[in-house]
Amino acid sequence: MKSRLAWRKFVNGFMLSLTGLCALVSVSVLLVVLGYLGWNGWQYLTWTFLTHLPAPVGETGGGMANAIVGSGTLLLIAALTGIPTGLLGGIYLAEFGGKTFTFLVRYTADLLNGVPSIVMGIFAYTLVVLPMHHFSAWAGGLALGVMLIPIVLRSTEDFLRAVPMPLREGSLALGASKWKAIVTIVVPASIRAIATGALLGLARVAGETAPLLFTSFNNQYWSHGLNQPTASLPVMIYVYATGPYADWHRQAWAAGFILLMLVLVANIGARLILSRRSPALRG
Amino acid sequence: MGDVTEPGVMIRVPGYERAMADSEKEAHESVMKISVNKLDFYYGVRQVLFDISLQIQEGRITALIGPSGCGKSTFLRTLNRMHETVRSARAEGEVLLDGQSIFEMDVVNLRRRVGMVFQKSNPFPKSIYENVAYGLKVNGMARRGLIGEVVEKSLRRAALWEEVKDQLHKSAYALSGGQQQRLCIARALAIDPEVLLLDEPCSALDPIATAKIEELLFALEGTCTIVIVTHNMQQAARVADHTGFFLLGKLIEFNKTDIIFKNPARKETEDYITGRFG
Amino acid sequence: MPVPIENSSPSKAQGSKRALYSFFRRLRSGDEIAHLIVLAFAALIVLITLLLVYELWTHSVLPRQRFGWNFLVTSKWDPVFEHFGALPFIYGTLITSSLSLVLALPLGVGAAIFLAELAPPRISHGLTFFVELLAAVPSVILGLLGVFLLVPLLRTEVEPFLKATLGFLPFFQGQMYGIGLLAAVVILTIMIIPFIITISREVLLAVPVEQREAALALGATRWEATWRVVVPYAKTGIYGSIFLALARALGETMAVTMVIGNDPRISASLFAPGYTIAAVIANEFTEATGNLYLQSLIELGLVLFLVTIIINALARVLILLTTRQGTAHP
Repeated sequence: MKSRLAWRKFVNGFMLSLTGLCALVSVSVLLVVLGYLGWNGWQYLTWTFLTHLPAPVGETGGGMANAIVGSGTLLLIAALTGIPTGLLGGIYLAEFGGKTFTFLVRYTADLLNGVPSIVMGIFAYTLVVLPMHHFSAWAGGLALGVMLIPIVLRSTEDFLRAVPMPLREGSLALGASKWKAIVTIVVPASIRAIATGALLGLARVAGETAPLLFTSFNNQYWSHGLNQPTASLPVMIYVYATGPYADWHRQAWAAGFILLMLVLVANIGARLILSRRSPALRG
Repeated sequence: MGDVTEPGVMIRVPGYERAMADSEKEAHESVMKISVNKLDFYYGVRQVLFDISLQIQEGRITALIGPSGCGKSTFLRTLNRMHETVRSARAEGEVLLDGQSIFEMDVVNLRRRVGMVFQKSNPFPKSIYENVAYGLKVNGMARRGLIGEVVEKSLRRAALWEEVKDQLHKSAYALSGGQQQRLCIARALAIDPEVLLLDEPCSALDPIATAKIEELLFALEGTCTIVIVTHNMQQAARVADHTGFFLLGKLIEFNKTDIIFKNPARKETEDYITGRFG
Repeated sequence: MPVPIENSSPSKAQGSKRALYSFFRRLRSGDEIAHLIVLAFAALIVLITLLLVYELWTHSVLPRQRFGWNFLVTSKWDPVFEHFGALPFIYGTLITSSLSLVLALPLGVGAAIFLAELAPPRISHGLTFFVELLAAVPSVILGLLGVFLLVPLLRTEVEPFLKATLGFLPFFQGQMYGIGLLAAVVILTIMIIPFIITISREVLLAVPVEQREAALALGATRWEATWRVVVPYAKTGIYGSIFLALARALGETMAVTMVIGNDPRISASLFAPGYTIAAVIANEFTEATGNLYLQSLIELGLVLFLVTIIINALARVLILLTTRQGTAHP
């Protein structure tokens, strides 16, 4: 009996260590990523990099200023298309929805969420690039925007539902109509969380490359207008990392560093904000 | 004359004065502000209120008492159609406000005329000032310049002005429980309702805060019709002119408070009053 | 939500009169307009999804007409002679995804068990936070590390080692480029581990405390309680996380295409380069000459879309079953 117990205790301890090792390995990957990018990316991050256009192919030097601005542009278009749709759809689901239609909307949103990003790129291609006959920021922004919709929808609905009933009843009892109660009380009470959810969504689509490969494509120069192919950080990283020039590789590291930092800062910031709930939502 | 005492416990409400004798009150025009006739209430197929009929007199305080779950809160919420926020809720019967059916009038307008204060105070996550001003703004009731005046007047009526006049722009959540409840009353009063419904407004408050609220109810008497749901019989005895006793969804008895407490007609009422159950 | 009151007892005229009053009031006060606006946007979401399917379908007409079902089983991908067969990509996708699952599963579930059951709360919180951050790292960044860190490592250390020790197996034979199926498998494993961890962890945490306590009260060690009671209880949900991870791996594009070698051939060896559906679309879409070529790529996208949808749906059902159940489990 005693040796059996000793064995079981040994297994217990062993498994604890083993599973702990699994967890550690998983986390260490992140640390490796951070470390490498930090090390390589930081050293190649120069002022030139941030402010110059790419040099002609084969020449060293130049930068990714157009890609940085391009990413910003694409994100802006994505935000303008995806956030209102997700927000208003979320309001519908949380405040107005009928049983079957709510289920349908939520189901399709989940479906959209699971679509591989490259397929989203095909969608934007057929919808925007084909009719326009050229690549554009519109197409890239749209692809990212559609990817943003389910994320914003989900978080909006969740956070609106979290607003306690007493707040709603308080405003209704004062003679507010339903939409006024929503606009003046329910949405403001959860707006911080909703905005954070949107921010997380933007951080997620900011790093997406595949949908941009044949929608906004790429551009060695500044894009004049939204109808033109637009450079973006993720695409540049891809092109430069898989290219033959050492200088390109260096720039890919630097760009990767910037992108990763943006994504991580947005994520960490969002989590911090969300963990500090306002007193209203504590009910 | 209205102080029902538990053995050994007697609470005197400071400043309380029943200046008018019963007979004088009788002489005042007794207008029925709210008239309820054969009201049934259902949640889906489950019936929770059975054939309720009563009259709420204008300018007076009416209390509704009864054990938990007897339907008095449900009844109260029907009076300003708050039950409509629940999908399966259904009210059938007649409820008249000044002779007009509340189900046929604009619900937003109804709720402006019939205000409500909830059991647990629910101030908005805004400043004290914004809370009180909310009803005015939403109903488009006051021009910008006048809002400040109305806010002050409402806070005075709710006996809160002195305590918050220097911190109107602080968050409502900075106030104590009792103050928050008075703030909710001020908020409801700001839009000048004809009727004020209070759903166990003091149940979460200490005796002193309770006393303050009862004081302000007396001050409102005459200008406002008040219906208060309470599980505290002494409170009903202290403040109300009329009392209704609910039990299991039925209105067992409804009469002047004195009669209910001193000479109830029904055995169930007497049992409840004397504490044999509930 | 406010709902007009139905009054069945008085006359029908009264009932419809109330409904009419109610409608006009809502219209005037803007409720109806607000309802319509948000409804429109919600409907827009459904429309977009339908449109997506429609576009994929109509833009893959040519290869369907030309090849029919053969498209899925032909292994020839020859743009010059316009023979398009999806088999190499389906093979590559399936091999890389399933192998990465095999690797990620024990690591992921093991880590999830640690975080949910065995670790002290503070460590659990901290590590979970890091794992969630890992999930947020963009694919192209992992691809970057794949190209410059992983591939050289594989080429110089790992693959020779495998060849030396397990070279008798067909999987570890042939030229060692570093780039190839093995690299893709490793990268995919890294990408899907966070998903398996976070979902499995949630599922494990959702197991009622009573279950754990019952086992412990009977004298089980923590590990025994976890392995024999909690994990089986959460089994369905863990399967769900596997499916979700699979769906994710199938659709993964950038990191894979940067390290897989992009060669449409089917080979047994993991050292050989390969190709996945997502990778070929990414690489050849802009270079596709002619409609058949382009539409064949789009049809590949359609195939990928359908497969991921089905797997995702299955996954969600499984997870829903676990996190909602409070009593007996299937």
